[in-house]
Amino acid sequence: MRAVIAEDSLLLRIGVVKVLEAAGFEMCAQVADAEGLLAAVEEHRPDIAVVDVRMPPGFTDEGVRAALVIRRQYPRTAVLLLSQYVEERYAADLLAAHTSGVGYLLKQRVADVEEFTEAVRRVAAGGTALDPQVVAQLLVRRHSDPLDRLTPREREVLELMAGGRSNSGIAAELVVSESAVAKHINSIFTKLDLPRADADHRRVLAVLRFLGVATA
Amino acid sequence: MQLTTWLRQMPGRPFRGAGHRTALVAAGLPLHLAVVPLWLWLLGAMAATVRAPAAAAVTPLPVLLTLVVTPLLTTGQRRRYRALVGKDLPRPSANAKSVVRRLTGRAWWRQVCYHAVAGPLLAVLDLVVLAVWAAAVVASTVYVWIWALPSQWRVTDLGYTAQAAYITAGGLAVLFLGPRLTDALVRLETRAAEVLLGPSRTEKLARRVADLAESRAGVLDAADAERRRIERDLHDGAQQRLVALAVNLGLARATLGDLPEDARKVIDEAHREAKEAIAELNDLVRGLHPAVLEDRGLDAALSGVAARLPIPVRVAVDLPRRPSPTVEAVAYFVVSEALTNVVKHAQATRADVTVERIGETLLVIVADDGTGGAELAAAGGGTGLAGLAKRVASVDGTFSCRSPAGGPTVITVELPCAP
Repeated sequence: MRAVIAEDSLLLRIGVVKVLEAAGFEMCAQVADAEGLLAAVEEHRPDIAVVDVRMPPGFTDEGVRAALVIRRQYPRTAVLLLSQYVEERYAADLLAAHTSGVGYLLKQRVADVEEFTEAVRRVAAGGTALDPQVVAQLLVRRHSDPLDRLTPREREVLELMAGGRSNSGIAAELVVSESAVAKHINSIFTKLDLPRADADHRRVLAVLRFLGVATA
Repeated sequence: MQLTTWLRQMPGRPFRGAGHRTALVAAGLPLHLAVVPLWLWLLGAMAATVRAPAAAAVTPLPVLLTLVVTPLLTTGQRRRYRALVGKDLPRPSANAKSVVRRLTGRAWWRQVCYHAVAGPLLAVLDLVVLAVWAAAVVASTVYVWIWALPSQWRVTDLGYTAQAAYITAGGLAVLFLGPRLTDALVRLETRAAEVLLGPSRTEKLARRVADLAESRAGVLDAADAERRRIERDLHDGAQQRLVALAVNLGLARATLGDLPEDARKVIDEAHREAKEAIAELNDLVRGLHPAVLEDRGLDAALSGVAARLPIPVRVAVDLPRRPSPTVEAVAYFVVSEALTNVVKHAQATRADVTVERIGETLLVIVADDGTGGAELAAAGGGTGLAGLAKRVASVDGTFSCRSPAGGPTVITVELPCAP
């Protein structure tokens, strides 16, 4: 798979490149700002762009804005945002526009090499990867909605779903059987009023409702 | 000082600047006397009223005229000081624009008081001082006047030289006294002008308060900017280096498969330490000034704080418009510090944060279900609360903490935000 990276800290850029190369990614371009990133994506059309949120010249949320542009203009390029701090607002912006091929992780997750490369692959393949901290932030806002009806266990399952895990991934994380996970997920769909007819999208809809980015 | 220098300078010293000050006194005389004819007119009119009540209609005229000439005279006084001694009399605040407001304002009546009452009294003193100067000059130059007389007078009045000598000596003595007298009068006049034509004590205090508030806001902004600078420096420096270090250690752990067990343990340990250091540094730097606060406001920043706590925290922020960056920073600091206290001391199982804007007030409430007993005083864990109260006071906010023993604890903060 082909990747570009946009990160203004040289040290970290080298580190991420080493990790991705070790995982078998082909690095097409390494850039230090949003403008360079858009040019590189235009030129190489990579499978995934790994993007720092805070970049020159403004050092605020250039990366998020560039990610939105990439997802809109080059739908076949997935975007993984890396940030020193994760803010669920950035994730919400990203997910409100696109529900697949996006990820948002804390920079230090790169250090857990296997998990990180797994997340990059998942996103590049059109999945999602949200940092557990983003998911945790979503819980603190006051919801006056069906989410309050979920049991703590169902909530945990939904959190992991929002993080982008598959049923087997969730089962491994919670140390339960896969059929137990499926049962919890069905119960979540019922409580969130997601009809069976939409079976293919129910997972995404549940996550979106959880993130508070979908109006439906 | 050398005796010779002193002797050389001594005779001229009292006279330095005396010309200007005497000119000031002289120029003051017509200005101070300007209202006297109007008073005389008033007295005349009142006397006429006693004789014939029909004349009463005239009495308001001089009073009205006094009111009309007041601003002209004030301008004259300011010009007098500016031109002759280079001094600007302080002005009362110019916020009252309409004539009605001005006429009912105290500044106006103090001016009238100066021109109508103090002026004539000062004019008398002006006259005395000018007369002293005139007498001194005439007396000290008496020999010249005598030589101007026909020589016949000197012949008939032999012995005049002794008298003339006394007069000259007296004149010179008064001449040396003149500058002191002038100085005293100038001081008195300046004082009267400052008190009655300048800003009142209340106005001066109000101005001082405004100045202090402005400089305090400046200090706050500077501290805020400094925190942002430190945050950026750490973010671009130490944080990235630490993450790069952790990444490299992670790579080593993942790729160096054939390491001896001891070396692997060391790398594992270093990897874990690096990640912990990153987490600690992140918390510290974020506490300084979270970038997301600037980008997305209080709601996003506070959700971030709440999510990192070990207990469940609900955050409800309702802000149709964002307050100023300083108020936002104070609100953020208060909530994050209060929640840290809750985790450290309250043994709470949950906490609630509410931020609302009511009119021009930002209301911040942090409540927990802990053991209570938090005190504002310096005793025990109270220093954190005192710090919060100070931070709130720095933007003229109010801080209250209700925390009965046994709980719950509710901290309420009101921050003023400009419309």
